[in-house]
Amino acid sequence: MALLEVSNLKTCFHTSRGKVKAVNGVSFSIDKGEIMALVGESGSGKSITGLSILGLVPQPNGKIEDGKILFKGENLVGKGSKEYRQIQGGEIAMIFQNPLTAMDPSYTIGNQMFEIIRSRGKVGKKEARDQAVKLLHLVGIHEPERVLSSYPHALSGGMRQRVMIAMALSCKPKLLIADEPTTALDATIQKQILDLLKKINKETGTAILIITHDFGVVANLCDSVAVMYAGRIVEYGETNDILSKPVHPYTKGLMGAMPEFQEPGSKGMNRLIQIDGTPPDLIELPEGCSFFERCNFATNLCKKAFPDATYANDSGTQFVYCYHSKEVV
Amino acid sequence: MLSYAIKRILAIIPILMGVSFLVFSIVYLIPGDPAVKILGQAATDEAVAELRKDLGLDKPFFIQYGIWLANMLKGDLGTSITMRVSVDSVLIPKLINTLILTGGSLAVCLIGGLLIGLLAGLKPYSWFDRISMFFAQFGANVPVFWLAIVLMWIFSIKLGWLPAFGMYDMRTEGSTWSILQHLILPSIAAASVSLAVMARLTRSSLIDAFNSDYVKTFRAYGISEKNIVFKHAFRNILSPILNMTGLQVGSLMGGALFVEVVFSWPGLGSQLYSSITGQDLPMVQAGVLFIAISFVLVNLINDLLVASLNPRLRH
Repeated sequence: MALLEVSNLKTCFHTSRGKVKAVNGVSFSIDKGEIMALVGESGSGKSITGLSILGLVPQPNGKIEDGKILFKGENLVGKGSKEYRQIQGGEIAMIFQNPLTAMDPSYTIGNQMFEIIRSRGKVGKKEARDQAVKLLHLVGIHEPERVLSSYPHALSGGMRQRVMIAMALSCKPKLLIADEPTTALDATIQKQILDLLKKINKETGTAILIITHDFGVVANLCDSVAVMYAGRIVEYGETNDILSKPVHPYTKGLMGAMPEFQEPGSKGMNRLIQIDGTPPDLIELPEGCSFFERCNFATNLCKKAFPDATYANDSGTQFVYCYHSKEVV
Repeated sequence: MLSYAIKRILAIIPILMGVSFLVFSIVYLIPGDPAVKILGQAATDEAVAELRKDLGLDKPFFIQYGIWLANMLKGDLGTSITMRVSVDSVLIPKLINTLILTGGSLAVCLIGGLLIGLLAGLKPYSWFDRISMFFAQFGANVPVFWLAIVLMWIFSIKLGWLPAFGMYDMRTEGSTWSILQHLILPSIAAASVSLAVMARLTRSSLIDAFNSDYVKTFRAYGISEKNIVFKHAFRNILSPILNMTGLQVGSLMGGALFVEVVFSWPGLGSQLYSSITGQDLPMVQAGVLFIAISFVLVNLINDLLVASLNPRLRH
């Protein structure tokens, strides 16, 4: 049984203009110890998918309208906030994009870490401190005592993200959702944080769901990847398969827009591909494929209905939602 | 923190110098000759000239300012022109009365503003939020003197619940209870604008805090909503609220000066009103200086409090 199984998840926001279908029928699963990536551009629904799993859909406008989130076989959709609190932090933890604002500026790191550690059952003050020191060591901080007595503003971005990861690990979660964990950091620190996540995955067996728009992160870290567009998953597969042979026009476009995924053998810098147009309005989604208007392969067929999943390889591990995937390759 | 406090305290010396200069020159520039005012229009030129010499009004501007400043520093506020008594004997009790009224309106502003703001901010877009924010919009735009008259009309004249004017019942000795009763209406009138501002600020700061990333983090780690509200959200809205309180104390004092005239509250405002119409220069100068100094001191205290809350300034 998969650790997490999301099926047909639909999360919507009710606005004065109409219903924004931020997540529109997303299904995927994560096994124990797996690292999976959700990739897509801004507004494709990847962060909302992560928040939906953790029961943190922004209130009061957001709502999970349909679908199931099975965690260890138990459906999380519709759970009350008290029941959910056992899951939040305890079973599933999340780290956010911007470590600069993700901690309360008015309290020391120690104060916040102890609070999180002590919120799980009865832990004494001394014990909480010992645990915090151990966690900080685990995330590669060599002077835990100094960090514990510092305020968030006194630490660098990379240090803060390490502290965030330590906080997330404090309750030994089975699943860690990392929402753009490296986007706000500079390149050298990014690598360190990715290595740290990999190390944690190896040592503790925590499954990780990485939300990113960066295929570099995917290549570095992830076992499998799901590409999202306009609230739907359009392609899913193992990282190697997707990176070597993307079959959805959107995935291909995304990778063509990254300098590090240029075709090998081409001399010098190729001109990077740009995907023309803008994503569709999430309030009035087209009936057919949502990528229709920006796609070079589109035909009248694409306009009529959203395509069903088709397998893109023989082993059945890669699938794609596209009528023309054979032509893309 | 200590060095910040010392710097901040030293900084008020030039501010006070500037204030004293402005106060003196503005009053100096008021048209009309106090000597003529005292002696009446029929006075002879010689009499006027003699009185001007007595009052020191014939000397050049900067000499007059120097003499005035030296006297102020010695604690000598001068003699009232119209009442012929020392200014401090009149003004200090009035200043205390004004501070009582300012304190009353500050209490109304803080209790009302924080309560409404917190209730509205905890449940944004609820009916309570919508109604109270409508009234806050209204309250922030009501002229103080108009509200004072309306309150007096409703609660004193029509309903007879509260006294219409004065600071205590003249027939008895001024008991605390009596002062409190007299304090209610003028406090509410003077506080209305600040209360509305405070309620709106509290509401929006609280909503901001709830939307902040750190609250999202704590929710993601299963911290209880009680802790998020009382420990984290409240702690982080304290600074903007304190800052705003400091600013509002100034405008509350300003409002109190108006309200005093409407409610015949025996404070600085009423006194300044009659001193200005009577061209009692020493009285006006000292009165304005008192107000300015109170303003500077309130801001000093406020800045120090805010600094002590901010870990970036504390260390």
